[in-house]
Amino acid sequence: MTELWVYVELCREGIRPVTFELLGKAAELSARCGGQVTAVALGDCDTGVLIAAGADRVLVGEGLPFPAEDGLQAQALAELCRRHHPDMLLLGATGVGRSLAPRTAALLRTGLTADCTRLDLDENGLLLQTRPAFGGNLMATILCPEHRPQMATVRPKVFPMPAPDTARRGEVCREALPPMESPVHLLEELPAPGGDARLDADILVAVGNGIGGDENLAMARELAQRLDGGLAATRPLVDAGRAPYPHQVGQTGKTVAPKVYLALGISGAIQHMAGVQAERIIAVNADPDAPIFAQADEAVVADCGAFLRELLTLIPQRG
Amino acid sequence: MNIIVCVKQVPASNETRLDPVTHTILRDVAAILNPFDAYAVEEALRLREKLGGEITALSMGVPAAQRMLRDVLALGVDRAVLLTDRAFAGSDTLATATALSAAVRHLGGAGLILCGRMASDGDPAQVGPMLATMLGLPCVTDVAAVEEITEHSARLLRLTDEGYQRVETSLPAVLTVVKEINVPRLPSIAGVLRGEQGEVCCLTAQELGVDTAQVGLKGSATKVTATSRPPVRGQCRRLTGTLEEMAQAVAQALRGKEADIHD
Repeated sequence: MTELWVYVELCREGIRPVTFELLGKAAELSARCGGQVTAVALGDCDTGVLIAAGADRVLVGEGLPFPAEDGLQAQALAELCRRHHPDMLLLGATGVGRSLAPRTAALLRTGLTADCTRLDLDENGLLLQTRPAFGGNLMATILCPEHRPQMATVRPKVFPMPAPDTARRGEVCREALPPMESPVHLLEELPAPGGDARLDADILVAVGNGIGGDENLAMARELAQRLDGGLAATRPLVDAGRAPYPHQVGQTGKTVAPKVYLALGISGAIQHMAGVQAERIIAVNADPDAPIFAQADEAVVADCGAFLRELLTLIPQRG
Repeated sequence: MNIIVCVKQVPASNETRLDPVTHTILRDVAAILNPFDAYAVEEALRLREKLGGEITALSMGVPAAQRMLRDVLALGVDRAVLLTDRAFAGSDTLATATALSAAVRHLGGAGLILCGRMASDGDPAQVGPMLATMLGLPCVTDVAAVEEITEHSARLLRLTDEGYQRVETSLPAVLTVVKEINVPRLPSIAGVLRGEQGEVCCLTAQELGVDTAQVGLKGSATKVTATSRPPVRGQCRRLTGTLEEMAQAVAQALRGKEADIHD
């Protein structure tokens, strides 16, 4: 029976949402190949919600400190894989997942495909892993035919959040992990200036060099806040010191996958758009020939300041 | 402290073609130093100013990658090593990290190994952490600042999804760096001349003593089976009317999504 494992990412707020998105996808794949979905948590968590999202089994590895350093988690995950031999292991392509997955793959000497945007099964039940390469100019479908587990990371919001099914039943297994020590010690966690970028929000207000003066930037920030969204910025704007680095989207920044990307004064350079995997792009630019319009779903040719002022009158302040 | 900095040659643009039969990348466009690696090179130079020692730039690629390594020599690194052999061709990240780890051992190790956060072409951001794991070294990814460093340990600021973490690691270690860490220098004229005259040491799989079944296409766990162009977006709808009317249409689109979220 095919064993599909999903790594449960634990953070201070609990279970990271990408975990549920992966469980939903794993349950769908498992139904097609007659497999079993195991959610693997390296610490205590709410196991019920994992089962409701699609896990047939929750495997809790016990004995790690919290928060556990990425290298320790990789060792623990590799240890559990050696004990149980899963066929597939999916992780979120978050900061933690991107750091943890390659180490786990190296420990197990298996293949890893990063940032998949599509997962499927071929006729032999192998995992077809499709990912963008070359800044999104090409999609590559990748197989890991001989090594196990077949490992893949998936960015948050690529797969839909499954509706929880509280009638689902599953088992919970607890296993002790061997004592491990890490040479890397976490001294403190610091919220970043710009750590409020909220680039994982469903709506992103994005600003580029064409945004205009600081009062326009302030309006964009206000709009993002009223929409319960995030504020993204292009590299030139960050390099000019007008937005902190955590806001930067694109090849040298973060990749985002919001439902709506409202691009204000963004020309649409490939380096920026490489980081945008939005369901819908609405572009506002004073230049009617801005390249962004070729990639947008809706285009507004207007001055960003004037448009923002108008838009803010229509979007009420929250609560 | 001796530092090894891992660098990759990447296409200058992402308009890249794949071989339709083997699905490996056709390296036929102008090639440059991976922009992310420039920060790793710069950090190595700054740490050498502080700590002394030698910097070795290490790369794997086609013989033509010597050009890129000369550019790195021009920036001031002490020597450049290129792993180049048909046996390395088609390496995935696992096979690449295997070859690089063999090279690090061949070079006698280092106090610090620096890598860029990812490459601009394949961009999986895997080789650094894989290399560390294979060498049995600690790894700190996404380093935004080296706050304090001695021969034996380093205090680092790393970028996370939430903000920053301050961590301490023993050395030797592998660090991957983000662009926030520094502003890379430009080469001096003397540097460019030094780069032109500099030697790039080329090593084959045999010279490295690496098992050829563990590198290249043979040593790769992943196989690219198909490539395709990404789906093209539908036609862009250009909104018309007064500013107010256009704002209303956009507000509606934004509110529609907002309702989805809160329901």
